[in-house]
Amino acid sequence: MTALNGTLERSRTVAEISTTPTNPAAPERVLWKGNEAMAEAAIQAGCDAYFGYPITPQAELLEWMARRMPELGRVFIQAESELGAINMALGAAATGKRVLVTSSSPGISLMAEAMSYMAGQQNPMVLIDVMRGGPGLGSIGPSQSDYFQLVKGHGHGDYKVPCLAPASISEAMALVADAFEIAERYRTPVAILADGTLGQAMEPVVPAYRTPPRPTNDWVADGAKGRAPRVVKSLDLQPEHLERHNLELQAKYREIEAREVRWAGEHLDDAEIVIVAYGTAARVARTVVERAREGGLRAGLFRPISLWPFPTAALREVAGRVRAILVVELSAGQMVEDVRLAVEGVTPVAFHGRMGGMVPSPGDVLAQLRELWAITEPVPATGHGPGHPRRHRPGAAASGARSAIGAPTAAPSGRTPRSTAILDELVEVDIADALTEVWR
Amino acid sequence: MDRSTIIAGFGGQGILFAGTVLARAAMAEGQQVLWIPSYGPEMRGGTASCTVIVGDTEIGSPVVDRADAVVALNPPSLAKFEAIVAPGGVLVVNTSLIEAEPTRTDIEIVRVPCTSLARSAGDDKLVSVVALGALLARRDLVAISSVRDAIAAIVQAKRPQILAADLAALETGFRAASGVLVPA
Repeated sequence: MTALNGTLERSRTVAEISTTPTNPAAPERVLWKGNEAMAEAAIQAGCDAYFGYPITPQAELLEWMARRMPELGRVFIQAESELGAINMALGAAATGKRVLVTSSSPGISLMAEAMSYMAGQQNPMVLIDVMRGGPGLGSIGPSQSDYFQLVKGHGHGDYKVPCLAPASISEAMALVADAFEIAERYRTPVAILADGTLGQAMEPVVPAYRTPPRPTNDWVADGAKGRAPRVVKSLDLQPEHLERHNLELQAKYREIEAREVRWAGEHLDDAEIVIVAYGTAARVARTVVERAREGGLRAGLFRPISLWPFPTAALREVAGRVRAILVVELSAGQMVEDVRLAVEGVTPVAFHGRMGGMVPSPGDVLAQLRELWAITEPVPATGHGPGHPRRHRPGAAASGARSAIGAPTAAPSGRTPRSTAILDELVEVDIADALTEVWR
Repeated sequence: MDRSTIIAGFGGQGILFAGTVLARAAMAEGQQVLWIPSYGPEMRGGTASCTVIVGDTEIGSPVVDRADAVVALNPPSLAKFEAIVAPGGVLVVNTSLIEAEPTRTDIEIVRVPCTSLARSAGDDKLVSVVALGALLARRDLVAISSVRDAIAAIVQAKRPQILAADLAALETGFRAASGVLVPA
């Protein structure tokens, strides 16, 4: 799967993407661990300097860099702490070098202050968070509970960082190169949100890399001989100046929101119910969609790849023609808030998540999906009878489908009764309340 | 169509190695593969498992709730994974270490004394390779020749001196589960 470079209009479906790569039997495929693949992708993208501190489940990434970067005559430093690592990165980034920092959730928290500084002084950098279960020191199991932290800015102050979420190892490799390019194009830190499963799993990948072109930097602190000195800092004690700087940052963020949206869809054309999920949760959702369709339920998958900027417009369009949306995350429900903001009540949004390093099984999610289908009303008829797939056509037909949602769908409010059959499936822990909130 | 295999046992039984061999063999045959270790704080003697999902198209869920094949190399693994073998699936039981009898009647049970066979092939630690041979005798997940190539590719680089024992272990397991000679 290749990363989706481009705007909303250029986004393609997973089915299209899957057919794009080279012949899967091609001999050059290698079986690669996610952490190592991301590390090598960063090296091949031209990473000049890496700073880190060991933590599971991203340790192999640091180990790979420890071996490879010195071989190439580049900088590798295992810092004394995550604080040390991110501040070394800040200094290196201020000189215009391509800089990578990686960690996992507790370590990422320690890096929040410097991320805010780098956003403020507009330093490009790529940060990879291989998320683990929290809060606190938590577990080393896979998790997506750092969504709020990174997607909403990470540190203090009015800023955002573009956040990219790969769902496969080959996509992760492509997104690493994209992340460096976005970081330099907009002079901003960029975060990649992976999780423990993606970091630890192995998949066959074609070792194909992309090295983004180097920008001409007219702002870097790389020696003032023969020119006026430049200062790279975030301190500005003049409120008037600092507000103007903030307005410039906000203008930059609006541009990112307009240009850097990435998402992928699967079976959305005729879907009557859609799962929204990213990363590993989206992998589970893909299996759920397949099983649902085998059973006659026309399910689809909407997979945000850029978590910020969130694919709001695209999701809103999909929401307008489905009877309900199920958000699946490895968290207590974080991205679901952005989904609700995008959907604006045109269709019910429900949530199912597992926490602490647990990953929902396809069977669990399918049960939730079926229940959501059972407690929601069909989209009002627009000439399609039961059993006839609703065909989504691009262009005028799309807006027609959206406008067809005039009549409200009848969604239950508050708690909803659950069938005992579903409860029986939830044997592992009591997550019976997982689908009790349905929003319109 | 995805086919999922879970190999489980004690840390040190070569669980991840056997999974890697299976994954590499499937990759070499042009299939899609997802290999996931149980990466908890395992240690030698603790329980470890490895899931390998093979398919024609991009693999979906890394979490398997119905496995087509389970290899149980120690008692806790049988207890944990017997239930998720899909009906019609296969369960390889290492009878050297597992005294308990599986209770499922809707799956194929393959009883092989993997640890003793591994010892006779040269090393207890080859137990996972014996079990992999036994599994492949009952399920056509990948060609046995692809598995030989995968073992050679992995072992040759690091410990070429153990290649012969690995291949012998694979063959022993295959023969024990099939009663026939390993195809060339």
